[in-house]
Amino acid sequence: MTAATLGAGTARRGGPAGRAARGLLHRLLPLVLLIAGWEAATRASDSPFFPPPSQIVRRMRDMWLSGPANHLYFSAEAGDSIMPSLGRMFLGLALSVVVGVLLGLALGRSEQALAYLEPLLQFCRVIPPPTLVPVFIVLFDLGTQMQVASIIFSAIWPILLNTADGARSVDPVQMATAQAFRLSAVQRLRFVIIPSALPKIFAGLRLALSLALILMVFSELLPGTSDGLGFELTNAQSQSDLPTIWSVIVLLGILGYLFNTILLAVERRILAKHRAGAKG
Amino acid sequence: MLEITGLGHAYGAHRVLEGIDLEVGEGELVTIVGPSGCGKSTLLRCLAGLMAPGEGKVVLNGTPVTGVPDDLAVVFQDYSRSLMPWLTVRDNVALPLRRRGLGRSERRAGAAEALASVGLGDAAGKYPWQLSGGMQQRVSIARALAYRPSLLLMDEPFGSVDAQTREDLEDLVLRVHRSEGVTILLVTHDIDESVYLGDRVVVLARDPGRIRAELPVTLPAGRDQIGTRSDPEFVRLRAEVGRLVRGVAADLSEAASR
Ligand SMILES: Nc1ncnc2c1ncn2[C@@H]1O[C@H](COP(=O)(O)OP(=O)(O)OP(=O)(O)O)[C@@H](O)[C@H]1O
Ligand SMILES: [Mg+2]
Repeated sequence: MTAATLGAGTARRGGPAGRAARGLLHRLLPLVLLIAGWEAATRASDSPFFPPPSQIVRRMRDMWLSGPANHLYFSAEAGDSIMPSLGRMFLGLALSVVVGVLLGLALGRSEQALAYLEPLLQFCRVIPPPTLVPVFIVLFDLGTQMQVASIIFSAIWPILLNTADGARSVDPVQMATAQAFRLSAVQRLRFVIIPSALPKIFAGLRLALSLALILMVFSELLPGTSDGLGFELTNAQSQSDLPTIWSVIVLLGILGYLFNTILLAVERRILAKHRAGAKG
Repeated sequence: MLEITGLGHAYGAHRVLEGIDLEVGEGELVTIVGPSGCGKSTLLRCLAGLMAPGEGKVVLNGTPVTGVPDDLAVVFQDYSRSLMPWLTVRDNVALPLRRRGLGRSERRAGAAEALASVGLGDAAGKYPWQLSGGMQQRVSIARALAYRPSLLLMDEPFGSVDAQTREDLEDLVLRVHRSEGVTILLVTHDIDESVYLGDRVVVLARDPGRIRAELPVTLPAGRDQIGTRSDPEFVRLRAEVGRLVRGVAADLSEAASR
């Protein structure tokens, strides 16, 4: 929420490009200082466990960005580790969105179903998803199937429950209007219920995104994995290759930040029309 | 066209309406006045089929009302909450026309015409939350008019507009009523307005809400804001309705005979 308000504030003042750039600089300053401090400290201590950032960056470039120009410099190794991971994450996330939103809408509009099922759903949601991974290992084929199942089982709950909550709390006057003008069920969903639930759906989606990222890595740390960032991590660990471990960690941080930023931008764009709701 | 018999309703232990008997003829414009909280909105919701009354029945054109009947439009008292904030003014007005099976350009034309008639031709591309309360209220009136219903229920439709616009909208309702033969039930707490607009005024009493009196309005059909309001008959009716609303013991038989 704070990030959103900050962003809106700079956007309003950011008439001249120079001022916008300076704003960005101010926000990046703490990060730059942190990295500089880290660099100095790790160089001074010379610990094998904490390589300096410059070394990590070099390793990241050698590992993932040493490819030919026509592949946007992505190396074959990037294709072998980053792509399978992201593919599984987005597959899991996409399935969670489709199933979660559909079930959530159905549940939210049926008071009885929600009353019966909500305690059960809340129960499923609070189970820490990693604890279920061993179950999925037994239930599904090792590898992609198990990994996608783990991601779905963690990411679907916030989407489902938030959608149900949003669909339930549509303004009764809006529903009465839709009813009085005899909108069909599909029209009610499309023009009233889904737009009204959208802010909550997005909130659920943001939670789901971070959970999916966690489960993506976690499910790849287990035996039976042959590719992905998690696999790279265990592999590097067995060889005590600390720069690679740190590279994967930094990359995951960058990816998480990037996806969250994209999602926020999309959300802000789509929800611009809901300004009235935000005002009160 | 509309027959209401023995209609009553209670929210829990709170009796809101009791023994409402009312008939509305095809093409009639009936105004309903009554103090706040006497159940006017509840009555309209029952007529619209949006809620089932606890007792009694509503029959529209010979069929009992169970769900929302076709060809009915409602202007809600909560106009701002009845507009969808994520749709532009134009799309809000055009939304119900989808149900009419109209194409996109016909819907837009219908919305534009209705918006122009309430003086909001320029606001079509805006969002409801960019408009003032009175403008939002006019959008919800335009939405009901664009729908071209045969029965129009209006719940205090002019509450938030300024006096000048209010007079214009009153005349618009009269014009639509006359030219399209729409049957209209209009709830108001404004006594002048109930007499000015109505072919008949129904006065409700509260706790529980029941019909205190029905007064036929014996004014000529062609009404105008200045002439009609200074007509001695208008002045007399207004005083009569005022007394009835305030609950001052009025001679009902005398009121009916005049
Ligand atoms: N959904 C509800 N649940 C419980 N009580 C209600 C509900 N809706 C209305 N009431 C009560 O019923 C009574 C009549 O309400 P209603 O809205 O029909 O009055 P009204 O005549 O339209 O009033 P106003 O002129 O202020 O709009 C009020 O006392 C109100 O508190
Ligand atoms: Mg009311």
